[in-house]
Amino acid sequence: MKTVEEIKAAIEAAVPDAAVEVVSNPSPSGQHSLRLAPARALEVAKFLRDDPELTFDFLSNVTGVDWPDKEVSERVKVTRQVTKVVDGVEQTVEESAEETRKRVEPGFLEVVYHLYSVAKKHGPVVLRMRTVNRTNAVELPSLTPIWRSAEFQEREIFDLFGIVFTGHPDLRRILMWEGFKDYPMRRDYVEPDDFEYEPTAHDEVLKRAQEHRNREQATPAAKERPPGAPAGNGETREQGLIAE
Amino acid sequence: MDQQLKIEMGEQGIVVTTLQELYNWGRRSSVWPMNFGLACCAIEMIATTMARYDLARFGAEVFRASPRQADLMIISGTVTKKMAPQVVRLYNQMGEPRYVIAMGACAISGGPFKQGYNVLKGIDRYIPVDVHIPGCPPRPEALLEAFMMLQKKIDSQPLTGNERPRFLDAGAPGEFPVPEQGEHDLEPPANNLVWPVAAVIR
Repeated sequence: MKTVEEIKAAIEAAVPDAAVEVVSNPSPSGQHSLRLAPARALEVAKFLRDDPELTFDFLSNVTGVDWPDKEVSERVKVTRQVTKVVDGVEQTVEESAEETRKRVEPGFLEVVYHLYSVAKKHGPVVLRMRTVNRTNAVELPSLTPIWRSAEFQEREIFDLFGIVFTGHPDLRRILMWEGFKDYPMRRDYVEPDDFEYEPTAHDEVLKRAQEHRNREQATPAAKERPPGAPAGNGETREQGLIAE
Repeated sequence: MDQQLKIEMGEQGIVVTTLQELYNWGRRSSVWPMNFGLACCAIEMIATTMARYDLARFGAEVFRASPRQADLMIISGTVTKKMAPQVVRLYNQMGEPRYVIAMGACAISGGPFKQGYNVLKGIDRYIPVDVHIPGCPPRPEALLEAFMMLQKKIDSQPLTGNERPRFLDAGAPGEFPVPEQGEHDLEPPANNLVWPVAAVIR
């Protein structure tokens, strides 16, 4: 099979303004991927499928990736003017110092396609596409018109990551119900508070138990129960375990 | 009545019994489960009905495809939050007397998916469960054991008094509220009338 660079060259020869980038993979597998510009992705995909040498006729897998906003801190050398008293005379001297600067790299959502060729017995080739941000510009072109097998997987990514695939024939939630508002596979997803005591006492569970208890104490309405019925939360069971 | 006397009279060809015993014997000997499976535990449930394990020995071989004709709901598998309202609705459609066996780790507590966002942490949050079976999945023997426990439970139910089962109590609730699928979670997250967390008794 052609290498990723060769495929990139072939794409650029066929679709001149494709703007394909190679995303290298430093791990031993060395499975480099091609990052497509969303604007021309459909033509590139069509080329990859129909080119007699490549013939990627099988889309095996579509995945979503969430890249949250990243805070980067870097040390920068700066020169600044400092007033100093040198030999009894006040002077303005330039002084160089190191400073730690923090900036926030905006996050984005990414979709990854794995292509194989059944006819040529080669693959995989990994395609990536990135959204502009994670909030309001989350549209990417759907590749379902090229590979039908993308249909349900793109629906799943829409459901769990919130990437909107334009050109998808039937973009609805597939695993969660209609009317569900969150995107559970995003890194900043907050789980609903249906906590229940678990005997696996690792830090995460204990933290959630504490949060749940605080919330229960803050809202006395949540404590209203029919008379005689014991509390339906983790609190009592924990107390019961302690009382043993 | 004295057990020894009963056996003696039985040897003479005289059957002595109470109405309660007869009634409960009839009920426990023909518990018809609903034809209903949710995940991999259903495969074990199917195995239980087949010739090797033979659930028919307990009078429960007739799996009914309609909740109207079924007595027992075996929650065999993971109950997702998307499926939970339908499970409660099916339970509501069953006629009394009705029983529930929660089969497997997922059905009783959420199992390996307990810390996930999409799986109900135990069906006993919404409907009353008679027998819980742990296991992932439980073997057919465990389901048979649960069946025998359920039969013992039916056998020991008095027909009168405060301890009588729900279906003989006109004031007991017959319908259980079906949870709504809300924006973030099922609403309400649990039915507190049927889901008081059991106290640990040792």
